[in-house]
Amino acid sequence: MLSKMKTTAAAVAVASAFAVPASAELTGDLNIFLDTSNPAPRATMEAMIDRFKAEHPGLNVETTVIDREAYKTQIRNFLTANAPDVATWYAANRMRPYVEAGLFEDVSDLYAEPEIAEGLASTKGALTIDDKQWGVAYTYYQWGVYYRKDIFAELGLSEPTNWAEEKANCGKIVASGRACYTIGTKYLWTAGGWFDYLNMRTNGFDFHMDLAAGNVSWEDDRVKQTFMNWKELIDMGGFIADHQTYSWQEALPFMVNGEAASYLMGNFAVAPLREAGLTDDQLDFYQFPVINPEVALSEDAPTDTFHIPANAKNKEAAREFLRFATSPAEQTIINNGKNLGQLPVNAASSVDDDKFLQMGFEMLSNNSTGGVAQFWDRDAPAEMAKVSMEGFQEFMVKPDQMDKILAKLERARGRIYK
Amino acid sequence: MTVSSDIPDTESWFHRNQQRIAPWLFLAPGILFFAVYVIAPVFQSFNLSLYEWDGLGEKTYVGMRNYEDLYWEYVDRDAFFTSLKNNVMWLFLYLLAIPAGLFIALFLNQTVRGIRLYKSLFFFPFVISQVVVGLVFTWFYDPNFGLLNTMLGWVGMGPINVLGNEHLVTYGIVAAGLWPQTAYCMILYLTGLNAVDPEQIEAGRLDGAKGWSMLWNIILPQLRPATFIAFVVTIIGALRSFDLISIMTQGGPFGSSRVLAYYMFEVALSEYGFRMGYGAAIAVVLFLIMLCFITYFLWSMYREEKGH
Repeated sequence: MLSKMKTTAAAVAVASAFAVPASAELTGDLNIFLDTSNPAPRATMEAMIDRFKAEHPGLNVETTVIDREAYKTQIRNFLTANAPDVATWYAANRMRPYVEAGLFEDVSDLYAEPEIAEGLASTKGALTIDDKQWGVAYTYYQWGVYYRKDIFAELGLSEPTNWAEEKANCGKIVASGRACYTIGTKYLWTAGGWFDYLNMRTNGFDFHMDLAAGNVSWEDDRVKQTFMNWKELIDMGGFIADHQTYSWQEALPFMVNGEAASYLMGNFAVAPLREAGLTDDQLDFYQFPVINPEVALSEDAPTDTFHIPANAKNKEAAREFLRFATSPAEQTIINNGKNLGQLPVNAASSVDDDKFLQMGFEMLSNNSTGGVAQFWDRDAPAEMAKVSMEGFQEFMVKPDQMDKILAKLERARGRIYK
Repeated sequence: MTVSSDIPDTESWFHRNQQRIAPWLFLAPGILFFAVYVIAPVFQSFNLSLYEWDGLGEKTYVGMRNYEDLYWEYVDRDAFFTSLKNNVMWLFLYLLAIPAGLFIALFLNQTVRGIRLYKSLFFFPFVISQVVVGLVFTWFYDPNFGLLNTMLGWVGMGPINVLGNEHLVTYGIVAAGLWPQTAYCMILYLTGLNAVDPEQIEAGRLDGAKGWSMLWNIILPQLRPATFIAFVVTIIGALRSFDLISIMTQGGPFGSSRVLAYYMFEVALSEYGFRMGYGAAIAVVLFLIMLCFITYFLWSMYREEKGH
């Protein structure tokens, strides 16, 4: 703990040392558009911007917070019509349409600066298209299986490490009258998470990325194997009923009430589970188990990002803001358990003491040798993501329709990738 | 200088044509906005449907390919087929609002204490936002805590997940849509009933008409204008159904509750939609379907006017 505080203190000192010379020169307006509309992230961002303002008194900073879902459709309009100077978005393929339309500013120059080159090396790949960088990450989080420790203890189960154990556990959970997994697939993407893990564990990271890039047929036997593995869990009654009607939040009570034992989700699920009354003695985390021992483990770790729109007016101040937001000190603060409760992107910042963040950081640093994926709807092109996730949802309701669904996805592949 | 010069022998052009110009002047703002916001976009949409465009970059001319894709989606029983089929279901089921509205209007067309309150209560669903209607019905259908399943439980029937079942979902949403639409038709009929001629009813009564024959032969013919309007608004309402689907299911489960309007939004404007041209092609198809009805309505209105 002491060493962590020292790191933080040192980081603050370093950051302010860098920031001071630039601060006197920045003037004008800086418009920041944020999609962090949930109360906690919103407060975190606003506090961070206040600290930025304090460093640059000559700058007039305007912040606009837009509802997270609405933001996804509004971004197209405001990037072309009324561009802010800084905007939040997502990494990988999700930013490709805007990069290709020339609406995001090339910020490769920031990555040429030594502090950023070293600090942000781990997320550089996710922000690279055509050998250029188009934004910076400000937070990321692990995915994995969050489970009810007390239910596992009651049934005498331990954390599974391979597929046979996972299925054996699930069999016992189902026999006790519960579902193994809660999930709400109304908004489709949650099923994408399951597909990510099952396919990466069955066929490996590279195959998964090839599939996202449209290089592999959906009717390939390897893809079918992924779905067969999925089907095993569905057929044994592993998932809660009627999941197609629930959002991911509406699926939480099943876990809180003990009707389901676990949840494959991003780390953002921890906060609402704790708020609903689950203590750290009841809630625990394990990495998605091995299915095919021959492929290296790889993980989903979606990255949220800041970009400078190409039509921004105050790009100099925007670059300074990006430097500020990714600095070790700010990264440590905004990602700690009291704020975003996620993982900092800067290698020089420290991870909060929270047990889930520690486990996630450990898993992503040491136990994800196959690669780190963003998430299905960020790795695959938007259209394919939409069609395929709809297929995943249908499969989870009607697993016997596998061949028909895969044929449909294969037709979509023929149309979408040209 | 003569006296006659006081009366200018050349009246200004405006003064001479005042009678003919005035109506156009009054119509001008309406025509202008209608042309800019309705007529022009119709042609723009049609033009856009010949292109492939992600809404951001360059447009590529692809001719009729978007329509070909729609055709193949239809043949393959894919999303477009589902949307079209659901639109037809909406069209027919939504018409139930007309007899339901008429029934309630007849029921409420009496003078008892507090009738205004009852009328407002029946009209209430039309006043509240479609979003609220959607949410109310979503909770009503909820498989976990919904009132519907609780009530089914009383009579010993198993829980059903209306919005999660691809065969029931459209019926479920149409039922939600009928709630405000019935109120709308009811208000149309209530005003219509005010205009029913009491002398004709009296005459009918003397001739021995009552009950159904009174309704069918005396009342309904006099309600024809109201029926016509109710028919128009219901058909148009069914074709542009969007809000309820967006709120209740987002087109799900696995796209089985889509209608054309929602599908258009999905491919062109939603989170994962980047196919403006394809969306425009769907919009054109929807427009052509609506055009059939609109032409019919306009034609019958024209015939009516001429008859008088």
